[in-house]
Amino acid sequence: MKTFSIGGIHPNDNKLAANSPIEQFPLGESVSISLSQHLGAPAEPIVSKGERVKCGQLIAKASGFISANIHSSVSGVVKSIAPHPDIIGNMVPHITIDVDSRQEWIDGVIESNEILREIHLNPKEIIERIAEMGIVGLGGASFPTHIKLSPPPGKKAHFLIINGAECEPYITSDYRIMVEHPEEILIGAKIMMRALGVPKCIIGIEGNKRPAIEAIDGIASLKYPQIKVVPLKTRYPQGGEKQLIEALLGREVPSMALPIDVGVVVQNVATALSVYEAVQKNRPLIENFITVTGTSHSIQKNLKVRVGTKIDSIIEKLELPQEPLMKVISGGPMMGKAISRLEATTLKSTSALLFLTAKESKRGEESNCIRCSKCVEACPMGLEPYLLNKLARANRDEDLEENMVQDCIECGSCSYVCPANIPLLDTIRLSKSKILKLLRSRPKK
Amino acid sequence: MNSKLLISPAPHIHHNNSTQKIMLDVVIALIPTILVSILFYGPSTLLIIAIAAVSALAFEWFIQKYVARTKVQIGDLSALVTGLLLALNLPPSSPWWLVLIGSFVAIAIAKLSFGGVGQNLFNPALVGRVFLLISFPVLMTDWSIPTSWFGGADLSSGATILSIVKEGVKEGVAVDQILSQHNFTFQELFFLRVGGSVGELSSLAILIGFIYLLIRKVIKPHITLSILGTVILLSALFWWIEPALYPHPLFVVFTGGIMLGSVFMATDYVTSPMGKGGMVLFGIGIGVITVLIRNFGVYPEGVSFAILIMNATVPLINKYVKPKKFGRR
Repeated sequence: MKTFSIGGIHPNDNKLAANSPIEQFPLGESVSISLSQHLGAPAEPIVSKGERVKCGQLIAKASGFISANIHSSVSGVVKSIAPHPDIIGNMVPHITIDVDSRQEWIDGVIESNEILREIHLNPKEIIERIAEMGIVGLGGASFPTHIKLSPPPGKKAHFLIINGAECEPYITSDYRIMVEHPEEILIGAKIMMRALGVPKCIIGIEGNKRPAIEAIDGIASLKYPQIKVVPLKTRYPQGGEKQLIEALLGREVPSMALPIDVGVVVQNVATALSVYEAVQKNRPLIENFITVTGTSHSIQKNLKVRVGTKIDSIIEKLELPQEPLMKVISGGPMMGKAISRLEATTLKSTSALLFLTAKESKRGEESNCIRCSKCVEACPMGLEPYLLNKLARANRDEDLEENMVQDCIECGSCSYVCPANIPLLDTIRLSKSKILKLLRSRPKK
Repeated sequence: MNSKLLISPAPHIHHNNSTQKIMLDVVIALIPTILVSILFYGPSTLLIIAIAAVSALAFEWFIQKYVARTKVQIGDLSALVTGLLLALNLPPSSPWWLVLIGSFVAIAIAKLSFGGVGQNLFNPALVGRVFLLISFPVLMTDWSIPTSWFGGADLSSGATILSIVKEGVKEGVAVDQILSQHNFTFQELFFLRVGGSVGELSSLAILIGFIYLLIRKVIKPHITLSILGTVILLSALFWWIEPALYPHPLFVVFTGGIMLGSVFMATDYVTSPMGKGGMVLFGIGIGVITVLIRNFGVYPEGVSFAILIMNATVPLINKYVKPKKFGRR
């Protein structure tokens, strides 16, 4: 089986929720939809307090280049447009909507579950539809999909890669949608192939997800010969864009460059599914798939949740055992964010709620680096984390740049393997953002 | 929700590994070698090993607690490893006070004065050994065999086969002749060859430790194999040119401290390079210097010096031999 060639680690995959089918999470009394779903400027609200909105109705418009439309995930009445804490406690504008009992959809949305295979739109119309429906990348960074599907002038995509690696431990939401909606994902991929004008598509899935590989490959080999399913050796961080491209095509995206620079566009499987929903069913991105899991309790779920659902309402509804001290993570244990405000709400890109006990997430006491070189071996970018950590602590910016701190993908493999419990990524992450700022402030040659 | 929430940056999980566990693995890997030595050299060797181990821990504890006034870190077991390695590099007839001095030099001077674990430039156990070798040359080359558990020192002569060959060649006797005069066989060299430092008895015991360290992923094979490969190739070249003057490459590789040095001393994390390319370069350097010292130097043995010399090049190697970066090939 293929895999990326530098570094990588093998954490216990703990896919505890793998066998739990997707369940619809019931509607609560209200939703609070964040206008900052991703990097870049917040979307601009186009509704006002007291206004009645339908499910799927556009409530905030993209503003600026990296921005996407936001739609109401429920039908109801706009209660407020006001700051509300996000998961890390920043106050960002949210539109709060009180849910009514009607649950009316906007016109034009196809609500049936019938699979629609025929693609009627041309490339330009597809990209417009995806932009209109507020589709963003669901693999992590929530980058607006229509921008990724519109390569800048002079650059051409030759391959579409669909990322089904799901290399983070614990998370199973992508796995479940691959098992339960394989054909919709394939149609979503075909739609994006048409938008990009590429003849070939590869779906990369890690070998620990056999049923997903079989489900998608079974249909692809019969009906979609242009789409190839490639099993990958289970290894973290296989789902990193650069690692996945190298594993599948042997092409290395150079430093500070994007996948499109080697002729590739990467999209996540969940994004492919929402592209299908948007283009074939006129459905905006208003709900997403969230794994609720943890090793300390027996609740293992894959939920379909409306965007803007309060995280504490999920915890209460599922009756998750509450320990006096615990860590709740949005996303996976390697790259997810620790939640500090449980009244925060789900975003389009929320993929998991992981509950770790204090013991499981305990950071050991830091001791001297014994120069075991395990971090060097683990780094998938071929960097030397021990050295970057030392340079970062000494603020040696020039040396940091020379040693390519800007290439760090923040996968956390170095911190994970360090026997001396040195918080390598903490210091590297800080110096990376400093160096990136420096690099961007320089005039381009 | 009444829980208090823990907040910290990712990653939120950690590999179940620690400095202490790594050092414990090294101690486990040393057990076959230690057992063979104690079995064949008797109670005095047990004493050497015990004194070295306990005193290394005690020196580190005392200095960290009362002199440097830093956190006491003997729990990481790195001092224990240093003590054991020092003992294995001493003659089996070493008096107790010699062991104590070596242990003090290793821990106080070679390790703690640089800042403790991870900070030292030179392998502490080897610094201890070489300090003793230079200060007490007679004691450190006294290879007489101590009284074994079963009484009576009846195990062959006192000189090491390496020094016998070196002396013989100097007097103009061919290597083959010297070896046959001493009933030398390759089998005993591999399984059990009496004469030499405490830890040099059995190449087999050392190899068992090597395999354990590889299986537990404590070390990578690069350093050890490049030392052994270089020693074999280079000494084969000498042997092929002049077999009367230079011994067979297999004799070279299994005698003296080459096995012990290449498996346990040169692979010390702190004093060896960080990247695989650097490790190979480091190993080749040790191999070349060892063979040159053995063939042309005054000492019959050169592994300790070779490793210490190459220790000094590690910062340079780390600076210039970098791992392959993604997107740069």
